[in-house]
Amino acid sequence: MHGWRRARLTERTRQTATGRTLRLDVPEWPGHLPGQHVDIRLTADDGYQAVRSYSLAAPAGAGAGSIELGVQATSGGEVSPYLADDLPLGAEVEARGPLGGWFVWTPRESGPLLLVAGGSGIVPLMAMVRARLASASDEPCTLLYSVRSPAEVWYAEELDAAAHRIRVRLLHTRVAPDGSARPAGRIGGPDLRDLPPSAEGRCYVCGPTGFVEHVGELLLTTGYAPGRIRTERFG
Amino acid sequence: MNEHPLYLDGNALAGPLGEVFTTDPTTAWRLCPACRLPATLAQLHVYGPEPGLTARCPGCAAVALRVVTQPGHLWLQLGSGAGAFRFSRPHDRVRNPG
Repeated sequence: MHGWRRARLTERTRQTATGRTLRLDVPEWPGHLPGQHVDIRLTADDGYQAVRSYSLAAPAGAGAGSIELGVQATSGGEVSPYLADDLPLGAEVEARGPLGGWFVWTPRESGPLLLVAGGSGIVPLMAMVRARLASASDEPCTLLYSVRSPAEVWYAEELDAAAHRIRVRLLHTRVAPDGSARPAGRIGGPDLRDLPPSAEGRCYVCGPTGFVEHVGELLLTTGYAPGRIRTERFG
Repeated sequence: MNEHPLYLDGNALAGPLGEVFTTDPTTAWRLCPACRLPATLAQLHVYGPEPGLTARCPGCAAVALRVVTQPGHLWLQLGSGAGAFRFSRPHDRVRNPG
């Protein structure tokens, strides 16, 4: 389960100016659950190694020996800018996983689903969205997605196309699109209106630490029980 | 993905601790001996920087564990003298007789 496997980069997709999704072939990948992550290890010529965690963006499925990761290039970062733009197609890194059994959702779980993403925190929640769309479930599913500006939306076309099956509410924090009824600003109480009943639902929150803390408090104020909220801070 | 955040959470320990636990460590449950707050390992607040990670109670910041990864070695300290994790063992359930 936790050994290192060779992972070969096969595809890189631009999501935003600094956000990329990477597809990697991992022979004998055992499969994974929506919300799980992998550790990626890079080894320099002199033997120096660096390990970072990246969320899996798609449920295991058709491409059984293939995984999709979301990588947000961090300015000055040691690993993420290299993975985002410099690792050549066909090159190999090492991957360990799937990891984490707590921040996980599968369509077998009943009840409404509320997903709250901050920036590239969308990545593990997108695996849940995709699993939900691929299932026969007709339980309510809501995605609240906080982004700085319209240009910062990952999976924009796919989320547009999914709008008839799940409710997607984009919350712009710095720049709102023209004609938007909601002024740009941080997620707040009014953004949590009309949500699925808090007593039955499950809620998953992923984003930067400050965002997760803020949303966690909002959800508790709204009436969500702590046991129904699962959080993952950037990693 | 921010490489130097204020703190992460116990989800980030799945990989390092997975090297020494056969059961997923992030779902392990703990009752803080200092403030009595229950939490799974995933809910602990984790402070770096790597290679040394310190997991603290999200309620009172008492140290739950420290893990340090070195080439060839992994060091694990549980608590500061108290506090134990309870792991689920799904393959080791006692069968009902009859």
